Amino acid sequence: MIEIKHISKSFGEHKVIDDVSFTLQAGKTNLVIGESGSGKTTILKMMVGLHTIDSGQIIYDQTIFNELNEKQKQDFRKDIGMLFQGGALFDSMTVEENIAFPLKMFTNHTEKEIYDRVNFCLEKVRLHDRNNLYPAELSGGMKKRAALARAISSNPKYLFCDEPNSGLDPKTSIVIDELIHELTVEFNMTTVIITHDMNSVMQIGENVMFLYQGKKWWEGDKQTILSTNNRELLDFVYAADFLKKTNPNKNL
Amino acid sequence: MGFLYHIGRYFLLMKRAFSKPEKLKVYVKQFFFEVDNIGVSSLGIITIISFFMGGVITIQAAFSLTSPLIPLYAVGFTTRESMILEFSPTIISLILAGKVGGNIASEIGSMRISEQIDALEIMGVNSASFLILPKVLAGIFINPFLIAISMFLGIFGGYVMGVATGACTSYEYIFGIQAFFMPWKLGYAFFKTAVFGGIITSVAAYHGYYTEGGALEVGKSSTKAVVYGSILILVANFIITQIFFVT
Repeated sequence: MIEIKHISKSFGEHKVIDDVSFTLQAGKTNLVIGESGSGKTTILKMMVGLHTIDSGQIIYDQTIFNELNEKQKQDFRKDIGMLFQGGALFDSMTVEENIAFPLKMFTNHTEKEIYDRVNFCLEKVRLHDRNNLYPAELSGGMKKRAALARAISSNPKYLFCDEPNSGLDPKTSIVIDELIHELTVEFNMTTVIITHDMNSVMQIGENVMFLYQGKKWWEGDKQTILSTNNRELLDFVYAADFLKKTNPNKNL
Repeated sequence: MGFLYHIGRYFLLMKRAFSKPEKLKVYVKQFFFEVDNIGVSSLGIITIISFFMGGVITIQAAFSLTSPLIPLYAVGFTTRESMILEFSPTIISLILAGKVGGNIASEIGSMRISEQIDALEIMGVNSASFLILPKVLAGIFINPFLIAISMFLGIFGGYVMGVATGACTSYEYIFGIQAFFMPWKLGYAFFKTAVFGGIITSVAAYHGYYTEGGALEVGKSSTKAVVYGSILILVANFIITQIFFVT
């Protein structure tokens, strides 16, 4: 479980995150949604320590993450897996070398044990026949799957996904969403997904936070999101004209 | 103020880079990869430049030393001194600042903008150490070898060109390159070469590591790496020469 308590962040004069609090549950896919510029990625980067926070607390189970020093954060991050927007696979390494990298770095496993784990992760993301390809030789969806395999290779307790569907067609997006959900349930991870894709919300949104202008505007799940009266959330959910016509809430 | 900011940030980055590696085995492998990447891949350009420069120095010396009071073996002597003291250590290092420095800055800069450095941090890897330490150590280690090869090829090029063009005889040239040899000058050359190797790699890594933005900024980082790397090589050359020759 991850608890976010009253966190704020400013870049110069511009307040990007304003007193946001929420709880992210273990074994569930927690989605943070919002328009571009609403502060979603900033929150994610604060949660993993890539951005500092101005005030508040980020608590991983019993550990107050933002109070750890750099070395402690570095050690703590071994429990974190992250799927970056562009995949962030290392260009100079093949798919299997990418996945093996954290294992080689932080475990004393034998080569065989490491590559057994690599193959297991590749099977999980259904990419087992692409071991020796370089990232440049992969399609967008394959890159995301390879990056997901790398993120879970060290068996993390927490998985962060920054817009996992960006740049993917709707069909591949569904595959990636289902994969993330399956892995979350199977490994009982606390998964946080930053997205503005409503398909993802309706498919795997077990716990959904809506950010608006740096503030938490709404919290619920995929069942309640369509029946909300929150004006800004409805604007976001029914952004497309053809969807507006299907909205049962005539106040929109 | 900007100057002091960069100096401070550079040394803080180097402090992070020179911290204890997470796993020595991985770093050693990376070190040898960098030795190959920085050193072996530069051999071609060093061979061509050194050979022809040695030849040109020999011909220029031969046709400049027209006084009958100056013996012709001075041609070999001049080529040797030019190659060992200045051309191989400094000029080749300046060329490497362009080739290797630009390469390192663009590689690390691209990793920064494509979030690969963030990915390393999230894994719990000290990205500064993993990316920079093997490169700097490889630069310091391999640069003296490259320069030694350059010295040899330059002097050999001088011999080939000198004899082929009739600028001097084989005997005079070989006598000249052995005349008044002071071994400490080799020590001076290799010492400054190792320092230049550290400057080339660390300055380039610094500019790459702090790249912000997109492809345009990666290009700017590469340019800065070459410009500041070259300036620092010249400044360090002056200081080291002052120390060795004056004190």
